[in-house]
Amino acid sequence: MTDATSANVPAQPETSAPASSLLLQTDRMKRRNAAESRFKAYGIVAICVSLSVLFIMLWTIFSDGVSAFRQATFSFDVTLDAARLDPNGNRQRDEMMRVTTIGYTGLLNDNLIVYLNARAISTEGVTEREIAAFISRDTPARLRHMVIEDPSLLGQTIRFEGFATGRIDGYLKGRVTRDSAERDTNISVAQLDLADRMVDDGLLSLKFNWGFLTNPDASDQRPEASGLGVAMIGSAYMMLLVAIMVLPLGVSASIYLEEFAPKNRWTDLIEVNISNLAAVPSIVYGILGLAIFINFAQFPQSSPLVGALVLTLMTLPTIIIATRAAIRAVPPSIRDAAMGVGASKMQVVFHHVLPLAAPGILTGTILGLASALGETAPLLLIGMVAFVANYPSGPLDGGVLDPATALPVQVYSWASRADPAFIERSAGAIIVLLAFLLIMNILAIVLRRRFERRW
Amino acid sequence: MDDQLIVERAVSAQDIKITARGVQVYYGDKHALKDVNVDILTNTVTAFIGPSGCGKSTFLRCLNRMNDTVAIARVEGDIRIDGEDIYDKRVDPVQLRAKVGMVFQKPNPFPKSIYDNVAYGPKIHGLARGKAELDEIVEQSLRKAALWDEVKDRLKESGTGLSGGQQQRLCIARAIATGPEVLLMDEPCSALDPIATAQVEELIDELHEKFSVVIVTHSMQQAARVSQKTAFFHLGSLVEYGNTSKIFTNPDDPRTESYITGRIG
Repeated sequence: MTDATSANVPAQPETSAPASSLLLQTDRMKRRNAAESRFKAYGIVAICVSLSVLFIMLWTIFSDGVSAFRQATFSFDVTLDAARLDPNGNRQRDEMMRVTTIGYTGLLNDNLIVYLNARAISTEGVTEREIAAFISRDTPARLRHMVIEDPSLLGQTIRFEGFATGRIDGYLKGRVTRDSAERDTNISVAQLDLADRMVDDGLLSLKFNWGFLTNPDASDQRPEASGLGVAMIGSAYMMLLVAIMVLPLGVSASIYLEEFAPKNRWTDLIEVNISNLAAVPSIVYGILGLAIFINFAQFPQSSPLVGALVLTLMTLPTIIIATRAAIRAVPPSIRDAAMGVGASKMQVVFHHVLPLAAPGILTGTILGLASALGETAPLLLIGMVAFVANYPSGPLDGGVLDPATALPVQVYSWASRADPAFIERSAGAIIVLLAFLLIMNILAIVLRRRFERRW
Repeated sequence: MDDQLIVERAVSAQDIKITARGVQVYYGDKHALKDVNVDILTNTVTAFIGPSGCGKSTFLRCLNRMNDTVAIARVEGDIRIDGEDIYDKRVDPVQLRAKVGMVFQKPNPFPKSIYDNVAYGPKIHGLARGKAELDEIVEQSLRKAALWDEVKDRLKESGTGLSGGQQQRLCIARAIATGPEVLLMDEPCSALDPIATAQVEELIDELHEKFSVVIVTHSMQQAARVSQKTAFFHLGSLVEYGNTSKIFTNPDDPRTESYITGRIG
């Protein structure tokens, strides 16, 4: 049967291949194949374009923003002169408070000059006043806070670390150059030369700055002191409240619509409206929040509570749509099976449909929360773009009613400030925001993998 | 069909379990089931045969009110189980379904453990007091479904990990765990291979000693093998109902004969 290799098989005719040989492509076939390769090429080009745009975006953000995590920092010996900082000598907190930051500024300036002389760092061409300008206005305040918290430091000589001003920081990071210094009244070339000598000595260096993550916002004059602390607390409060409000609302609405609601004109209308609400521009929700929660309900402005209410309204349609899709993906055979053994409608939903839909619901919710985390426009309208220098209280002490900002809003407000030092901080804040979004998306993927069931 | 094994089975009991009179079913405007009258006997396997779309599954689903879940379906007429009208306003379909179990075309175990699959019905109906009693119900149900020996060592494993035939027997065990009096089967073997089919058919034969079994099937051989009574549906009407041996050898209606011999359907 299969002895096709035996010799008695006639040789294939080499000449005059038949018109429909499988070895030759017809013109039509060639055109079809060409179309196919063209289509593949378009797809690859499209992917390459989007990847390169993504890469350019990330590269810009990171090249601008990574430097925000490091800050030009002085590290030198400071003798805490008890006579200057506690004139009455009784270590009473109230009396020590009378020495203002101006007193500490003078002490720091004197100590810096003493240190420069001790290390034999030449200060030629730079006045004492100009040397004093090296130290950030934030630094004396920090020293004062340290001393008041721990009066036993008085009289000692301690190694103190404090920020340099934004211009010196910019010089170390390459933002300020000698060319720009010539045109700048805030900094002179001689000062930059001194900064170079300080760096050589180890007195001045770029150090990792936890304050960028923990400090509250700071004024235009001292960008080096500003941080994301308040914005992160505000965003965390809002995400917590949104999750608490949106899950029960979204899930119960979806279950009702999917499993219990009769199919009639009303439910059709509701369905169309939910789809439309998901497409409403987010700033419209901001106006709604302003009108209802602030003007009508009189909730405090700039508070995470109002922000969370607005974001809940905004994400609710998205989450209802995701949850309904997850519920619909549960095979009807499972419902039949449960119904067939006499489960009531509630039991079918809570024993079978909901557990099977849970991974989809969770994923949808986390992705909804992630989009809420990055939302800026509605928060601008309810006053969260304010300058907030105080931390809100703990969540149980009514912190959700205290003024706060949010991460994307902080990005916006820093990006609109005049000092170029805020540009890098704006990019740094974007990096923090992206890190949170990445964590949430990874969480969504992990949850989906972990709880996904197959049938 | 003449050489099929049509055993002349004595219909052991003549008690009527279900009576249906003038049953009409509408799906929206479509008149899906027209004026069906049938008496289903206790401890008997009754087979519903007929071409696709003839209404046999629709009628089966009327018997435990699964049609209630279809929004556009409307059922008229009178269906009584032990003399009680199951479409009476006072009847809760949930209670009815504990009494009239159902096995579906595609094996559909819950994505839970084998034990939980069987225990689910007794749990929600409160049939067991305590763990020991529940264990007993699960074991008995699995034994009746001829599955116990195969799964007794892996009751905690997922029911979806079993083979197709085992899954279908698990569904049967799940259906009989609530102690039903009638067992409805909607083409229970259509998704199974011949060996699994043979096992399930053997099981059906054993089950009819305790339950009234109503089975919808596309396979006439299967109807001939397992049933004592056969009903032939065509275009929404019940054409002929009688002893299986008579339907397959000497049908009264020419349409039945055409279907049996393969001329229609």
